Amino acid sequence: MNESPLHSFHVKLGARMVDFAGWSMPVMYRGIIEEHNHTRTKCSLFDVSHMGRLYLTGKDTEALLQLVCTRNVGDMSVGLSRYTHMCREDGGILDDVIVSRFEDQYLVVCNASNRQKITDWLSRHAAGKDVQMTDRTMETAMIALQGPEAIPQVEKLLNIDLSGLKRYHFQTGSYFTFKYAIFRSGYTGEDGVELILPAGIVKLAMPALMGMSNTDDAVIKPAGLGARDSLRLEAGMPLYGHELTEDWDSLTARQGWCVHLDKDFIGADAMREKKEKGLTQKIVGLKLEGRRTARQGFEVRANGETVGQVTSGVLSPTLGESLAMALVGMDHTKDGTQLSVQFGEKEVAATVVKIPFYKLSS
Amino acid sequence: MSVPNDRKYSDSHEWYLVDGNVVTIGITEFAAEELTDITYVELPAVGKEFAAGAAVGEIESVKATSDLISAIGGKVVAVNDELADHPELVNDDAHNRGWMVKIEASDLSPLDDLMDAAAYGEHVG
Repeated sequence: MNESPLHSFHVKLGARMVDFAGWSMPVMYRGIIEEHNHTRTKCSLFDVSHMGRLYLTGKDTEALLQLVCTRNVGDMSVGLSRYTHMCREDGGILDDVIVSRFEDQYLVVCNASNRQKITDWLSRHAAGKDVQMTDRTMETAMIALQGPEAIPQVEKLLNIDLSGLKRYHFQTGSYFTFKYAIFRSGYTGEDGVELILPAGIVKLAMPALMGMSNTDDAVIKPAGLGARDSLRLEAGMPLYGHELTEDWDSLTARQGWCVHLDKDFIGADAMREKKEKGLTQKIVGLKLEGRRTARQGFEVRANGETVGQVTSGVLSPTLGESLAMALVGMDHTKDGTQLSVQFGEKEVAATVVKIPFYKLSS
Repeated sequence: MSVPNDRKYSDSHEWYLVDGNVVTIGITEFAAEELTDITYVELPAVGKEFAAGAAVGEIESVKATSDLISAIGGKVVAVNDELADHPELVNDDAHNRGWMVKIEASDLSPLDDLMDAAAYGEHVG
């Protein structure tokens, strides 16, 4: 089992640790709902060190990334990050990743569960090209600070000014002699940053981190994977293995905004054809009646007929409603469409609603 | 963690409090903690009959849904209606106000195979 550099931090704070894609990671510390609400009102610290961090150099790197990414990543300036998918020839989604352009290299941050698959995929398509890939997942840590207080807190902690750092941009810096990269991004629907820093520093900084976050009135408190999931769901963000899988393509996953069919990439032909013929199904948002939580795999019906399945569900802590995402047939994707979700033999009424369910007012 | 010694416990973390032939069933404090924040409890209709070992309800938490199993068969004579609006009672007071169903047992003998408080305490300790 892999352990994050913050492992002992989690254990000392009494986190419940779970096996997540071969990593021992905290699912919660104090309670998922409490951690969720703290993120929406203050600032939470998430250990996301399990995410894969692959660095690519060599003169063909840009061409390789253009070939494997659904989104145009060929015109990125230094300091820019882009969310994109990587797909198979038939459009099946291999992973959703964030590509960042540094001065002398590119960084691909992928899901923990797909790290080996993406490493293999990149290696395969890099064959014969001038591309060198280094996996720095184990030697670095990745921490997300998310919430309305995140930016001022990080500015104070690192003694930096983030007012010029726009969403999906990053900058590098050093704290004493430690080098880090700070990205204005996240997976919660809140403003915030994600930091990548050497594993050794995090271990050194741990006592300070603990002292800072281990009091009742702390502004920054740790939050686990449980809250991360409920936060991303409210924000309508897809999760690999749920809304994104090899079984369907990025357009079906409602992520067409990160698919640039005007360039060539692996999976483009399949998706062009899909677009021309018309999609057969699509991910939608659902609002369920009552307070039950729909789970992945629950059947979605229209007038008694099965028309799809739930991919994720949550009883929204922020909105107090039962929300879900589901893959349904195209005839049932319009906002306001009345559907139902099967809880065993029981049927619960559901309405198709817009995603995201929760949006930060800017 | 408390394990009251006035009742029996199952492997699947239900508790059984016997009063005559009526058995009150709930889930243990240990189970409630494991499940994390409980958001909904689906309970059977009063009058419904179940065989021993059947799932009589469902417990939903932020993370997962799990069955409420009854080791005894019989007829449901009461359910805890308070849980409809306050499922958090299961987290706050699993062994008392968080009770779930009362079943009029057709046969109490399956309870003989369950654990007493000491054995259950060891089981989860």
